[in-house]
Amino acid sequence: MSKTYEYVPKPALVKGDHDFSSLTSLITDINLRPTPKAWYVAFGIANVLLLIMLVAVGYLIWQGTGIWGLMQPVGWGWAIINFVWWVGIGHAGTLISAILFLFRQDWRTAINRFAEAMTIFAVMCAGLFPAIHVGRIWVAYWMFPIPNQMGLWPNFNSPLLWDVFAVTTYFTVSALFWYVGLVPDLATIRDRIKSRMGKVVYGTFALGWRGSNRHWWTYEKCYMILAGLATPLVLSVHSIVSFDFAVSVIPGWHTTIFPPYFVAGAVFSGFAMVLTLMIICRKIYKLEDVMTLDHIEKMNIILLVTGMMVGFAYGMEKFIAWYGGVEYEKAIFMYRASGPYAWAYWIMISCNVLAPQFYWVKKFRRHIGLTFVISIIINIGMWFERFVIVVSSLSQDYLPSSWGYYTPTIWDVMTYVGTFGLFFTFFLLFLRFLPMVAVAELKGVLPQANPHNYDKKGNYVPPKSEPPKPQYES
Amino acid sequence: MKRDYTDNNSIYGILAEFRNPAELLKAATEVSNSGYREFDTYSPFPVHGMDKAMKLKKSKLGWIVFAHGLTGFLGGLALIYFVMVVDYPLNISGKTFYNVPAWIPVIFEITILLSAFGAFFGLFWLCDLPRFNHPLFNSERFQKATNDGFFLCIEAADSQFEEEKVNQLLKGLGAVNTEQIDSGL
Repeated sequence: MSKTYEYVPKPALVKGDHDFSSLTSLITDINLRPTPKAWYVAFGIANVLLLIMLVAVGYLIWQGTGIWGLMQPVGWGWAIINFVWWVGIGHAGTLISAILFLFRQDWRTAINRFAEAMTIFAVMCAGLFPAIHVGRIWVAYWMFPIPNQMGLWPNFNSPLLWDVFAVTTYFTVSALFWYVGLVPDLATIRDRIKSRMGKVVYGTFALGWRGSNRHWWTYEKCYMILAGLATPLVLSVHSIVSFDFAVSVIPGWHTTIFPPYFVAGAVFSGFAMVLTLMIICRKIYKLEDVMTLDHIEKMNIILLVTGMMVGFAYGMEKFIAWYGGVEYEKAIFMYRASGPYAWAYWIMISCNVLAPQFYWVKKFRRHIGLTFVISIIINIGMWFERFVIVVSSLSQDYLPSSWGYYTPTIWDVMTYVGTFGLFFTFFLLFLRFLPMVAVAELKGVLPQANPHNYDKKGNYVPPKSEPPKPQYES
Repeated sequence: MKRDYTDNNSIYGILAEFRNPAELLKAATEVSNSGYREFDTYSPFPVHGMDKAMKLKKSKLGWIVFAHGLTGFLGGLALIYFVMVVDYPLNISGKTFYNVPAWIPVIFEITILLSAFGAFFGLFWLCDLPRFNHPLFNSERFQKATNDGFFLCIEAADSQFEEEKVNQLLKGLGAVNTEQIDSGL
C-alpha cells in the first residue's frame, strides 16, 4: 500500500527568508514609521462618511423613524437589513480567530488580528441600527433588566431581547479576545518605539508583559478557553439573529432552516469582506510574505463551500415550501422569484450562488484581481439576501389588501453609507496604531520556533520540504 | 505566579541570554534538573515543550472560568425566574410562566459572558499583571525578549542561589551573555 499521503509537503506559512526579528520589523515598523500622507486622505474620506452618518442619525433622533421608508406593512426596512449584514460580516473574524484555532489551522495567524478588528468594528456598525430603530433612543435602557421606577422588566420570552444579550455579549467577548491577543504585540512595540509618549501609551496597554514562560503557560490556556467560548457564541449569535425572523409567523420567515442558513451566510459574507480588506492592505503595506496567495486560496475554498451551503439553503427553502403544502409559504417563494422584488432575488442568486462557482478552478482561486471582484460581488449579494428576506416577506403577507411596495428614503441611504465611515474610521486607526498581524503568534509558527528543528550543537536545520520518494510496501 | 519581588536582597537574579529556542529549552531542562525552582524563561512566543522542561503545574485558570460560568448560569436563571415568574408574570394566552426553553438563549449568553470575564481577568490575576515596572526592565538587553531574544533568569529568591555557581552553570549551558539584575526599581 502506498503511504505517500504522509509526505505531502506543507507550503511554508511565511514566504521569503524571514527570521524572528525581520518579522517583528516587517509588521511593527508600520506603526513606528511616520504616518503616510495617503492615510490622512483615507481617514479624511472616512470622516466625511462618518459625519454623514451622524447627521442622518441626529435627524432620525430629532424627527423619529418616520423619515425612513418604513410603512405598513413593511415595518422593517434597511435598518434591519444593514444590522444583519454587518453582524454577519463580523462573524468571519471570530471564525478565523476561534474556530480555526481550535482546528489547529496555523495559517490563521496571518489574518486573525486583522479579521478580529473587522469583527469588532462591524459589530459596532451593526449595533447602531437596532439602537436607533427603537425610536425613543433615550429609553433604550429599557432593553436591559435594570430595576426602574415603573416596576417594569423586559420580556425574556422575546427573540428581540435575546438579540440584545447576544449582540452585547458578542461584542464584549470579541473585544476581550482581541485584547488578550494584542498584549504581547503591544509589549513588542513598547520595547521598540522611541518616543516617550509612545512608550507610556503602549507600555500602559501592554500591562507590563515580559514574555515570561510562566505567563505564556496561563496565556495559552486562556487563549484556548476564549476560543472555546467564542465558538459556540458566534454560532449562537447569528442563530439568535435568525430567531428574530424564524420565531415570528410571517410566511418565508417561519422556517427551521434559518439558524444554520444564517450562520453559513454570515461566514460567507464575512470571509468575502476579510478578502476585500486583506487584498488592499497586503498590497499597500507590502505584507505579501505573510498574507500569501495560499491564504487567499484557502479563503476562496471557504467561500466556495459556504456559498454552496447558502445555495443549498435557497433551494431547500423552496422545496420545503412546496413539500409543506402551506399556501402562503408557497405563494411567498413564488413571489420572491417572480413578483415585484424578483430583480433583488435574481441579484442575490447570481452574486451568492453563481459568482463563487469560479473557485472550482485553481487558477481562479489564486487570481488576486478576480478574488477582489468576487469578494465585493458576494458582499453585495449578501446584502440583497437580507433585503429579499426582510422586504419581500413583509410586503406580501397574509392579507393582499394591505400589500405594498417598499422604497427607501435618502435617510436610509445616508445612514447605511455613513456606517462605512464609522467602520473605516476605526479600521484606519487600527491599521495605523496597532500591529495588524499577530506577530507573536506568527513567530510561533515559523520553523525556527520549533526546538526540534535544531541540531545537537544548537544550529538551525531547516525542515526538509522535499518529499522523500514514495515507498511501496507489498 | 505570585512571588515576592521586594526581597531584601539587592540582587533580583542572574539573566542569561541564549541563541535560540532549542538552546533555551535545553538550558531550562538542565536548570530545572539542577534543583532550581525560582527561575523563569522569557521568549517572544511560547516555546513548545517549555512547560514540561520547567516542570510547571497545570494552570488554575480552567477552574476560575468554570466558577464564573457557573455563576453566570445560575445567576441568569435566577434573574429570569425572578422577573418572569415572581415579580412580573406576563400571561400570554394562558401559557406557563415557567417557560424555560425561551430562556435558554439569554442564560447561555450570560454564561459565556461571565466565563469570558473569568478567563480574561483570571489570566492577568494569575500572571500578577498589570505591573508597570519590573527589575528585568532595567536590562537594556532584555528588550529583545519581545523581539528575538531568548532569556533565562535564575532568581535570588531561590534557596540554592549562589551568584558564582549560577553564573558558571548558565555559561556552561551556552549562554551568550549573562548579567546581574538588581532588584531596585
